[in-house]
Amino acid sequence: MSKKGRRGYRFAGEPAAAPTSVSDEYLRRDRPGLPHVSEPGVVRHFIELSILNHHIDKNLYPLGSCTMKYNPKVNEDVAAMLGFSGLHPEQSDADTQGALEVIHALEEKLCAIAGMDAFSLSTAAGAHGELVGMLIAKKYFADRGENRHKVLVPDSAHGTNPASAHMVGYTNHSIPSGENGEVDLDVLRETIDEDTAVLMLTVPNTLGIFESQIGEILKIAHDHGVLCYMDGANLNALLGRARPGDFGFDIMHINLHKTFSTPHGGGGPGSGPVGVKKELAKYLPGPRVRKDGGEFHLDRKNPNSIGFIHSYFGNFGIYLRALTYITRHGAEGLKRISATANLNANYLANALGDLYPIPYGKRCMHEFVASGEQYRKYGVKTLDIAKRLLDFGYHAPTIYFPLIVSEALMIEPTETESKETLDRFIDVMKQIAKEAAENPELLRSAPHETPVRRLDEVTANRKPILTAPLQE
Amino acid sequence: MNFDNMRFTKNHEWVAFENGSDVVTVGITDFAAGELGDIVFVELPEIGTTVESMQAIGTIEAVKTVADLYSPVSGVVKEVNGSLEENPDVVNKSPFKDGWFLKIDLEDRAQLDDLMAKSDYDTLVGR
Repeated sequence: MSKKGRRGYRFAGEPAAAPTSVSDEYLRRDRPGLPHVSEPGVVRHFIELSILNHHIDKNLYPLGSCTMKYNPKVNEDVAAMLGFSGLHPEQSDADTQGALEVIHALEEKLCAIAGMDAFSLSTAAGAHGELVGMLIAKKYFADRGENRHKVLVPDSAHGTNPASAHMVGYTNHSIPSGENGEVDLDVLRETIDEDTAVLMLTVPNTLGIFESQIGEILKIAHDHGVLCYMDGANLNALLGRARPGDFGFDIMHINLHKTFSTPHGGGGPGSGPVGVKKELAKYLPGPRVRKDGGEFHLDRKNPNSIGFIHSYFGNFGIYLRALTYITRHGAEGLKRISATANLNANYLANALGDLYPIPYGKRCMHEFVASGEQYRKYGVKTLDIAKRLLDFGYHAPTIYFPLIVSEALMIEPTETESKETLDRFIDVMKQIAKEAAENPELLRSAPHETPVRRLDEVTANRKPILTAPLQE
Repeated sequence: MNFDNMRFTKNHEWVAFENGSDVVTVGITDFAAGELGDIVFVELPEIGTTVESMQAIGTIEAVKTVADLYSPVSGVVKEVNGSLEENPDVVNKSPFKDGWFLKIDLEDRAQLDDLMAKSDYDTLVGR
């Protein structure tokens, strides 16, 4: 695409040297190695890339537990406002009152939504939030002179939970789910003891099931002096209707890039604010924004804090988007979001349950886990079903997780999909079920319509090539 | 394949023994390899490690998931299958023979009696 001499705009006359405060020895002498391209060339290039890729602006993205909801464009308008985007993080508190107010306001709103006493926004992702939660627990027990080392995680939790516990040196103990897909209380009572530091729960769990015994579960934990952590990645199911803090959770994280409509995945960056109850607030990572009268200032002196876990204040642009989303919807709007998210998931579960059985019941919250087990008799695996879905212009659901459902397909439509979109997806899933029986090879060799066909995942895992030469 | 000198666990490991020797060979079953799918990495304990029955002693990483390898018996690791480092797909191709994982010097031979015969294992996995 690049051709020497090609350019977007030509200006009359010689370019003038821009005034600069950079000293002469550091000034660039040569032109930067940018490609020579025309404006239509660049536009077509990026449009083409956006077509090759799958994204939420293109079609349904039913990736379970990821809450791939539409990212409203008004969020981008607010994040691009020059008063925010032109700030430098080293500017003084007096210069950045508006930005500090945004951080403070979002923390307050998250406290109100989650029922926690304090939030720190700076964590950059959900798993980062879990790690911070575990560090807070460690510091809390160290201050109490207690040497607890166990963390309990149900087998229906997010896979990152045991990894985060392991990262801080805790040992993991898995709590199996009962037949109803909820925590088995008897096993919990047997496993929990005075060596247990934290109970990590994902609510609703990865099966899309709410722990109906949540009060009892947290009471058992608290009776043993155990801190309760909630993985709030699935908060979309509870938004405006139930608050983790009211259940009794001591620590939690929220994924702004899931529940609060900020960009997700490669397009992020993510943001996983951590919320705590009052007794733990002093351990939150800094810096913290404080409000004195009508003024805001940054407090970097927090002697009990676990420390800094991100440069400056985390991913500030994401806070603007999340605050825009929350403010725009208001309390009533947030309640409608969770209601519609749960309705959409149940609508799909109900329509697909006969062809893709749902081992843990047909009623779910924001997502459900179906099984492709019955197609194995045709030599078709869930992986093949997922690959075939790509041919119809969908992103595949999460597959093979949670491990407790064989040939798992974890489907989360989110509230932003219309009934027409869901109906079309149902029709496609029905067609794929038919194809599995009549023409299984079509599935085994899928995808057929995508820019690249079935990838060699073994070689990609064993011999990844992580760099590509720059093209001239 | 002769399964008479093999015992199985509910975690899908097999143990092969020879009469007159306390050293047994350990691997995972064809069922386990099939469920995991394409195996891309295998992490095994070092030679000389003392292992306990039902203890997680290694990891098996497949494209779709990572699983723990549990020791079916108690004893000391005598040998590990070094070829799995370069060619872990051997476990998928030949789970009962070339895809063996390690050899363990048994602490006590009687523990083999606690494990399942092939017919019981087949019942467990619905064959």
